[in-house]
Amino acid sequence: MQIIKDKQIINDNWSYVADDAELKNGDISVSLARWKKDKQQLLQSNGKVGVRIGPADAVEDISADLKDIQLIELDFPAFADGRIFSHAWLLRGRYNYQGEIRATGHFMPDQVFYLSRVGVNAFSLEKTEDLPVALSTLNDFTVNYQKSIR
Amino acid sequence: MYQYNDKDQSLIEQRVAQFRRQTESFLKGQISDDQFRALRLMNGVYIQTHAPMLRIAGPYGLLNSKQLRKLAHIARTYDKNYCHFTTRQNVQFNWPQLEKIPDILEELASVQMHAIQTSGNCLRNTSSDHLAGVCIDEIEDPRPYCEIIRQWTTLHPEFAYLPRKFKIAVSGAKLDRAATQFHDIGLHLVKNDAGEIGFRVLVGGGLGRTPIIGQVIKPYLEKKHLLSYLEAILRIYNLFGRRDNKYKARIKILVKESGMEKFSELVENEWLLIRDDLELGADHIDAIKTQFTPPAYETDARQDNSFEQHQLENKAFATWIKYNTADHKIAGYRAVFVSLKAPDSPPGDMTDTQLDAVADLADQYSFGEIRSTHRQNLILADVKQADLFSLWQQLDELKLATPNIGTATDMICCPGLDFCSLANASSISVAKEINDALDDLDYLHDIGDVKINMSGCMNGCAHQSVGHIGILGVDKKGAEWYQLTLGGSSENEAAIGERLGPAVAKDQVTKAITTILDVYIEQRLDDEPFLDTVKRVGINPFKEQVYANN
Repeated sequence: MQIIKDKQIINDNWSYVADDAELKNGDISVSLARWKKDKQQLLQSNGKVGVRIGPADAVEDISADLKDIQLIELDFPAFADGRIFSHAWLLRGRYNYQGEIRATGHFMPDQVFYLSRVGVNAFSLEKTEDLPVALSTLNDFTVNYQKSIR
Repeated sequence: MYQYNDKDQSLIEQRVAQFRRQTESFLKGQISDDQFRALRLMNGVYIQTHAPMLRIAGPYGLLNSKQLRKLAHIARTYDKNYCHFTTRQNVQFNWPQLEKIPDILEELASVQMHAIQTSGNCLRNTSSDHLAGVCIDEIEDPRPYCEIIRQWTTLHPEFAYLPRKFKIAVSGAKLDRAATQFHDIGLHLVKNDAGEIGFRVLVGGGLGRTPIIGQVIKPYLEKKHLLSYLEAILRIYNLFGRRDNKYKARIKILVKESGMEKFSELVENEWLLIRDDLELGADHIDAIKTQFTPPAYETDARQDNSFEQHQLENKAFATWIKYNTADHKIAGYRAVFVSLKAPDSPPGDMTDTQLDAVADLADQYSFGEIRSTHRQNLILADVKQADLFSLWQQLDELKLATPNIGTATDMICCPGLDFCSLANASSISVAKEINDALDDLDYLHDIGDVKINMSGCMNGCAHQSVGHIGILGVDKKGAEWYQLTLGGSSENEAAIGERLGPAVAKDQVTKAITTILDVYIEQRLDDEPFLDTVKRVGINPFKEQVYANN
């Protein structure tokens, strides 16, 4: 599947493992609850590990584990749920997370620009045909009034 | 007045291009209704009963003559020759076509105007005291801070999808003319014991369905921490504000449900972590302040004698001076209210001809600047007393000199059922009827300071809950009914009006209002203003008379 990462459209091999499914080989992401439950097992797996965070999760809960996590997926249940933007800001600005932060779920291409400004560097869009337009929105503004995270 | 630099100009031009793309995608069916709704609202576009409505930002109420002429041009070219000034110092057009809105925005950008964040669940246009910089009771001019906040809020990436709308108001004077206690955040410039000026920060105020008076969260905040403190409040609200029910999503509900102690602890902890990274430098504040330096006042303005003479000779002029002008910090100058409450015109509306004419008058008499007020009038803030007579005559010709500022016919009124898709009842026609009943100026002036606010639905755009007399349109089985409240106020002694009794039918509203005013005249002591009488005698005497025949 194709996503945007670091301002490029790339092929992506991560897969999300649902809470009730068996863990598998390769680069996988799991929910925050699953991470807490199966942390030891996940750390010993052969691939990279990501954690999917929803708006109602507290980023603080995972702050101590960030060095072991290569991907954080911020998952939109609905595009209007703006908590995701603060989660991204906190991960980068407060907890200094350096890995990939990826927006997933139901968000709009027109949110990609703001998301990029709070530290999200990868975007898995609902419709892959929206990838080019989403990528182009990153150039909507050459100026802004606030500091961007990166 | 603040003038855009290249960065400000680029930003609004790029926003126009972005909105043009978004609108085109929607018209081609590439964006859903739901998604476009969020995008268009963030740029001031509502879909109303008849057509889209476009709300344009009046940054803390300041406009210049060039901008006013542009509004006139837009009214002529894209609308039905008029516009409407709102309670948050913005401007609305009720009849633009959606496809044309990007063109309108482009026109606006050419005079440093925009519609960014004038609606939607985001940080809204900052409002302020309409007499900022000229009033006699000012601690410090709030406008530079309003501009700093305008820039900080504009396209803020983290706070564009808040639980609900978020409004900030700033006051720098002793008398609160900006209804700061009814904003999500209210800021007052205050002096501390050491004589330094900073901000008293209020949070959790609001009108609408659940009117609540804001509470002090920080009695004194150093200026350098202004933005970090705002950011801390916004982050806590964004993370913890309710998103399950839009009627419980404003910050006032979060503050109420968490309790002020818990809420302020969350904010304080967040703030301590960020305050050193987001300091507002004194040099930055000073640079913005240079854009708000006083105009070149004439030092001998007070020498003029014609002003006194005209008042002695012309009673109508003297009356207008009394009601429609305010004291100015510079001797020999006055601030002039341009009344948008003429008897036969919807409150807050202005035609293209009037807009052009007032732009000319502003150039001629008031350094080319115009302000819009929270009570839906305009102000020419810096008029020499020698010019007042001539200005009055010209405003009178334009039907903009009704001497009713602060009186019962200076009503705040929303567009109501005639335009708004949310409304349950009409307001403009009721306002007209009340106006007709109060057409005797001597009677009106005898009643004095009465603020009547009327909204066509409980969303409360016209702030009915803080009107001395509030009128709220409700729907009863398809018929328009009106609930009355008494004793509200949005000034220093903020209060939420008390319900008088059951709603009255549309054809009984005017009778009820005149009855209330009659009871006041009967009950008042000497020069006691309406609000004081209501406070002293309570609502019962009014209630008895209004419902006497039911």
